[in-house]
Amino acid sequence: MPEWEPIIGLEIHVQLKTRTKMFCRCENVWGEEPNTRTCPVCLAHPGTLPVPNRKAIEWTVKLGLALDCEIASRALFHRKNYFYPDLPKGYQISQYDVPLASGGRFLVPGPDGDREIGIVRAHLEEDAAKTVHVGGAGGRIHGADYSLVDFNRGGTPLVEIVTQPDVRSGEEARSFLTLLRQTVVELGISDAEMEKGSLRCDANVSVREVGEPGYRTKTELKNMNSFKFVADAIAAEIERQIGAYEAGDEVVQQTLHFDPQKGTIQALRSKEEAHDYRYFPEPDLVAVEPPPEMVDAARAEIGELPAARIRRLEAEVGFDLSYDLVASGRDELYARVPGDDRRAVANVLMNQLAAAGVDAAAVDGDELGKLIEARERIPRQAFLDAVAASGDADFAAERYLGESVVADASELDPVIDAILAANPGQVEAYRGGKEGLLGFFVGQVMKETQGKADARVVNERLREKLSV
Amino acid sequence: MSAAIDTLRLTAEDASGLLERGEASGDELAGAYIEAIAARDPELHAYLHVVGERGEGVPIAHKDVITTKGIPTTAGSKILVGYTPQFDSTVAARCKAAGLPIIGKTNLDEFAMGSSTENSAFGPTKNPWDPERVPGGSSGGSAAAVAGGLAPWALGTDTGGSVKQPAALCGVVGLRPTYGTVSRYGIVAFASSLDQVGPLTKTVRDNARLYALIAGRDPADSTTVELPEPVAIPESEDLKGLRIGVPREMNEAEGIDPGVSESVNAAIRLAEELGAEVEETSLPRSVDYGLACYYLVAPAEASSNLARYDGVRYGHRAEADELTALYSRTRWEGFGAEPKRRILLGTYALSAGYYDAYYGQAQKVRTVIAREHAAVFERFDLIVSPTSPTVAFRIGEKAENPLAMYLSDLLTIPANMAGLPGLSIPCGLSEGLPVGLQLIGPQFSENTLFRAGHALERAIGFDYVPERLRA
Amino acid sequence: MAIGKDDVLHVAELARLEIPEGEVEGVQGQLGAILEAVGKVSELDLSDVEPMTHPLDLVNVWAEDETAPSLTQEEALANAPDAHDGSFRVPAVGG
Repeated sequence: MPEWEPIIGLEIHVQLKTRTKMFCRCENVWGEEPNTRTCPVCLAHPGTLPVPNRKAIEWTVKLGLALDCEIASRALFHRKNYFYPDLPKGYQISQYDVPLASGGRFLVPGPDGDREIGIVRAHLEEDAAKTVHVGGAGGRIHGADYSLVDFNRGGTPLVEIVTQPDVRSGEEARSFLTLLRQTVVELGISDAEMEKGSLRCDANVSVREVGEPGYRTKTELKNMNSFKFVADAIAAEIERQIGAYEAGDEVVQQTLHFDPQKGTIQALRSKEEAHDYRYFPEPDLVAVEPPPEMVDAARAEIGELPAARIRRLEAEVGFDLSYDLVASGRDELYARVPGDDRRAVANVLMNQLAAAGVDAAAVDGDELGKLIEARERIPRQAFLDAVAASGDADFAAERYLGESVVADASELDPVIDAILAANPGQVEAYRGGKEGLLGFFVGQVMKETQGKADARVVNERLREKLSV
Repeated sequence: MSAAIDTLRLTAEDASGLLERGEASGDELAGAYIEAIAARDPELHAYLHVVGERGEGVPIAHKDVITTKGIPTTAGSKILVGYTPQFDSTVAARCKAAGLPIIGKTNLDEFAMGSSTENSAFGPTKNPWDPERVPGGSSGGSAAAVAGGLAPWALGTDTGGSVKQPAALCGVVGLRPTYGTVSRYGIVAFASSLDQVGPLTKTVRDNARLYALIAGRDPADSTTVELPEPVAIPESEDLKGLRIGVPREMNEAEGIDPGVSESVNAAIRLAEELGAEVEETSLPRSVDYGLACYYLVAPAEASSNLARYDGVRYGHRAEADELTALYSRTRWEGFGAEPKRRILLGTYALSAGYYDAYYGQAQKVRTVIAREHAAVFERFDLIVSPTSPTVAFRIGEKAENPLAMYLSDLLTIPANMAGLPGLSIPCGLSEGLPVGLQLIGPQFSENTLFRAGHALERAIGFDYVPERLRA
Repeated sequence: MAIGKDDVLHVAELARLEIPEGEVEGVQGQLGAILEAVGKVSELDLSDVEPMTHPLDLVNVWAEDETAPSLTQEEALANAPDAHDGSFRVPAVGG
């Protein structure tokens, strides 16, 4: 059996959270009543003309720099011509052969080292409007009776990022997207939420035998609306293609939708004609030559990138925690929390703090540090409550440190004895080799003491008593 | 009393004077044009829509590609029937701010595509000099309105010559400005890198005044610039120190009527008498390749600009219960023959496999044309030629032959491809019909054009009131 | 240079123009004649020439990221041939 190598390229759209649209000054906002954020320009009334949003250009330069791209000395806008109701002009103003940024790379750290994903380009364009298909089978695109178009979203600035086909698995794609998203959010240019559509991803997937030169036919995966779906869909498509080749079948170039309910890939039923977009330079817009001041200012706003931060923290807390901290952006808080046990700090941030939904940016690092340092001396519930409140403006660890755990063995022994006496069967089983039952006894003691027992002491006393 | 106002003869400057001196009120002035329209427009059909605004300033007519808020704007097409704009084009807004009441929207070739106004979906306009002949196009309605005493001045648009050529055929003055000096915001787009709004007037001084009113950078149009110097209303009646070039390819081109040449040559001799240095020069490829270049670039841009007419947000919508059919039927029904032809041509010129040979190549030819003109303007301040190879032709004469019609633009197109300004002034008659003299200058040379045009206008003494309409 | 019927129909589809069957030949003839005339541009060797996308040498024309008033929903739909539930309605794309 041959060994297969998946070849995956990603196309990501990031919706910029500028105040206004790309080519008109309508408010760029989500969730309003339909067609309440439009004007003659974004409705493509006769005679209207585009005027570019300077901030959108700056932010594209910034994102390009964060992706280690070359910023074009002279970039052009191009028209991409096709007909669809969500495209009022009958063309999209985009970029073609001279994008704002190109030739970059993005590092995706893994436990065994960094994967470098090449970035072909990052360019600026306008988003289409929103079309809702009504009728047919539950509002899905096939068999719909009519469509309703809302132009509020039409004209929103989008940065399109195209990667080299360097991604090798669905999981890697997910990791790339996670860290890219975090980068974009930290740059302050987008909320980048797939569920809201401010981050979108399509994938081009093919496979080849390891060592085989050139690329085979690729398919395009669309309509994936979470990172998990991206990972699952890519994995499913890789499997499908390998299966096809191994069965002696062909892989046909097509566009596929992933159905998350069924976990299957489906070809789009509608006729997928090869588009001839007839690109030509946009005559209503002049060239963009990003001034050095703009590029320098943008570069100065870029902090340390995720890959570098993960590598830096890895030494302190290990790869997994380091990755999670950076991917969630909680490494910012991590750096502000003092304490010798770094793993403990990381764990609390990624587990208890995350579970309680606390906004990391609002937490006073010193106070949280005090709390974490005392975590084994106070009752568990008190600790959890304290963590949950650590984001409050007036949070003080001291308030929760009053209640100590009961660590006095003379107080705990009677409780322990009572529990052991009440569970003779488990005692025998433990002594017979089922050491996992220790947890059961600990749990019983904690329940009996309403969580106030010092877990370490309980463990010690139990082991001693059970080893008799 | 408006009977005293002779709208056929009255210039905008005259009208302004009447108002200033209190000899006529704004109402009387506006009323005079409404009366004239009632009398003569049933025959001429210069207007698609008469508005009849009253105001304090000199009334103006706007070609119906100029968006006017609350006033129907059709671009001469069935596809925009029912469309009422919710905003003013910048030029309409500037005229409004200057207090100019709108007389109405004038007729045109559909989407500004044509040279005779016969491509209007609403019927042709007649030439006031001879109603069996075309007024030229595509701004035929505006030119006829001015020539026929139905407006003291008007705005048109010029892409391949659509202000200059109708000005020539109707015996009035037409300016096509330097590309980028007048806002295209709100001008129903035909070819974005070529379209410009231009004034049509009875005199060069009127033209300069109207240009000054509309010109200048507009933040709503990214392709506009400030004028490097203010517009100078011409006074001087001599041409001392002016170097005028006469490109042989423009003046000896095949298809130029002998009568037209005669009239133009007489004007050129007059220019010398007025003190200009006149010399022959050459534009070897600009005329030869100009038409082909234009009829690739303009339709290509138009094919994209006209994609928005799809029945979804405004205008005509065909019956269809499926989306692609909705688009295809709406557009086939709504557009006339010439826009359809140009859309198909333009789409082809941009399509995969053909872009380099057609659109790509044509955009390079533009550079060649621009360079040729720039070289000539190192030795000359202006170049001159006939505006149109012929005088006004008969209605129907060229309508069935697109290529023959396209030749009307032979002499106006080259300068347009280079973004250069051009002024057409009437210089005489041939077979009783007006002949236009075209003055072309380098970018931002409008003041030189006005100066030369005014001096020649005075010297020539052309009577712009059509003979058959004179009292 | 004549243009084939298939090309005419393909271009018509790209341009969303439904040419009635009986008119295709006429369109084909006209387009062919015009293409022949404009094909003249290929006579020139312009390999060293840059295309002119703009007559003026403007760069970096843009606007600040500050909102301007939008149309109301009613205004936005005022010219719509078919409005429904605050949206523009169109038939679905067919199979």
